[in-house]
Amino acid sequence: MGLKKALLAGVAGLAMTASAQAQYSNDGITIGVLTDMSGVYADVGGQGSVVAAQMALEDFGDFNGKPVNLVSADHQNKADIGANIARQWADTDGVDAIFDILNSAVGLAVQQVATEKNIVSMNSGAATTALTNEQCSPNGVHYVYDTYALATGTGGAMVKEGGDSWFFIVADYAFGHALEADTSNAVKNAGGEILGSVRAPLSNQDFSSFLLQAQASGAKVIGLANAGGDTVNSIKQAQEFGIVAAGQSLAGLLIFLTDIHALGLETTAGLTITTGWYWDLNDETRAFSERFAERHNGVKPTMVQAGVYSSVMNYLKAAQDAGTDDGKKVVDQLQTMEINDVFAQGGKIREDGLHFHDMYLAQIKSPEESKGPWDYYNIVSTIPAAEAYQALEDVRCPTLNN
Amino acid sequence: MIEFLGVPLPLFMGQLLIGLINGSFYAVLSLGLALIFGLLNIVNFAHGALYMVGAFVAYLLLQFIGIGYWPALILAPVIVAGLGMLIERFLLRPLHDLDHLYGLLLTFGLALVLEGTFRHFYGVSGMPYSIPDSLAGAQRLMVPTWLTGEDPVFMMALPNYRAWVIVASLIVCTATWILIERTKLGALMRAATEKPDLVRAFGVNVPALITLTYGLGVGLAAFAGVLAAPIYSVNPIMGSNIIIVVFAIVVIGGLGSIGGAIVSGFLLGVIEGITKVFYPEASNVVIFVVMAIVLIVRPAGLFGKGA
Repeated sequence: MGLKKALLAGVAGLAMTASAQAQYSNDGITIGVLTDMSGVYADVGGQGSVVAAQMALEDFGDFNGKPVNLVSADHQNKADIGANIARQWADTDGVDAIFDILNSAVGLAVQQVATEKNIVSMNSGAATTALTNEQCSPNGVHYVYDTYALATGTGGAMVKEGGDSWFFIVADYAFGHALEADTSNAVKNAGGEILGSVRAPLSNQDFSSFLLQAQASGAKVIGLANAGGDTVNSIKQAQEFGIVAAGQSLAGLLIFLTDIHALGLETTAGLTITTGWYWDLNDETRAFSERFAERHNGVKPTMVQAGVYSSVMNYLKAAQDAGTDDGKKVVDQLQTMEINDVFAQGGKIREDGLHFHDMYLAQIKSPEESKGPWDYYNIVSTIPAAEAYQALEDVRCPTLNN
Repeated sequence: MIEFLGVPLPLFMGQLLIGLINGSFYAVLSLGLALIFGLLNIVNFAHGALYMVGAFVAYLLLQFIGIGYWPALILAPVIVAGLGMLIERFLLRPLHDLDHLYGLLLTFGLALVLEGTFRHFYGVSGMPYSIPDSLAGAQRLMVPTWLTGEDPVFMMALPNYRAWVIVASLIVCTATWILIERTKLGALMRAATEKPDLVRAFGVNVPALITLTYGLGVGLAAFAGVLAAPIYSVNPIMGSNIIIVVFAIVVIGGLGSIGGAIVSGFLLGVIEGITKVFYPEASNVVIFVVMAIVLIVRPAGLFGKGA
């Protein structure tokens, strides 16, 4: 057999294997972790999300006999950069699904690109309900939490405990406004009243002025409709100005494990929060977190990072069962599955793309209760999915109504 | 309750006081910046990063050697000043005869390197640093009777630590002003920048003086960083949040004017505090609005000597 023939045979053989797997474009699956690697949310997702995705790939093993490729990038919290990366990934790198996507503005932009390119956007980090409402998509899944769930969880619980008058300190951009609106509704529905609010510029260092205004309002609860560094600074300074000691309570509406770590328990003890997941829920979550910490400087995973692990696993299962990497078909397949893993029990992906799963109401431990670093939450109660999330009838998703 | 311009008086007084506290940070930072610009003609873009390093040195001293707040208040500025002097000697001096733009670019790059390094090791969420026990607690401040003619009304809880911030910053600002304007060393520093040749002819080591001045300015930034550590979160981007505002304050005070930087630091803190009561959304731009107005009316700044 001459060289030419051998080459031809080789090409023919390759062509045959290629046609045998034609339903997976680019010969297999590639996933992308798009996150904030260096900004205010980098500790919530960031490199930890990449670690979580790697763990999922190892646990899943080969996909139809081939390893799954993983790419990652930093969207710098800018919607245009995030959308460009997503587009490039879809066009030239053969990425089939994008994960994490912390930051609501980036999340909305990337979900749009995913729809255009018919890949999947599995959102763990962004909070806005617009992802499953006005801007919902047959290619999008909203996995860990949304502003509605955070607001009803914490808002409802605080009113029940007697915190029936509220004053908000709001981060002055879309996310803060949405969180304020959702929480106001939750508080009013539970029988509470809103005394006022003040809008603070984003990335503010000093919250004492706003805190004094909240104090002067006489409200029983000061709702912090902000996130990341802004929340950390407001809580730290509220403690310093003796606001909690004087009888007002703080409600942190979006608080991550890493925020508590940064603040220390002396400052945060007693705070009520809503979370989608906690590392110390059961043996399975503890074992997972142990493995994660070994690879990530001893840091326990946040709910976003655990969400990335679970969403990667379930995406791969769905793509395998559907026998395709066609974005819409994989999401359709996901909607038929029940999610039972380290992240959620009995979770369901609804028609609007929301991962409908139980949430948890937690209270931050006092320094005496805590057994050491990362032992921070007392899980007070489980909030059933039906109470935590918007009912499907109320969802304002245009594609659902046809 | 007595009101002032539609705002309850206790709330208004409280905001004034908070403005003064924030002004203390602005004053110490802009003082260092003005010192470096006025005497060395370097636009020190690394100032915010060195403020951050000051806070981190305090944190690291506590974490690894167990050195608490009070020694750190002296040690951290000294360590950072040492770092600053190395920067001046080996990085800035070679650029001394070139256009100012080169110094600006170098310090800007340096700020990015410092922030990136700390971000790599410590993330962005920040590190906890507690208020020293001796300054824990707060005072209940009342609105005095002579102001309202009524019984004293509760105004605000003033944390002891914040009161200390005002005192410490006043002491440091005054001491620095005296050092520059009233002592032999200060006179030499000023002379070395105006007429370096003449000063050298008197047998003074001019390059050493310049290095010392840069170290002093940078040490002030680190001092502000240690002061800030217990109340703001110690994180790698804390400097870039504040540095732009501080630059605006130096411009308002008059580039290079030591006294101007101190006075406008406190003044702008108060203006910002009042804005937070009446129109909080504008509180992050009000300083730049003032800067624009000052530049139109008095291009050399409030206390500038003219170009």
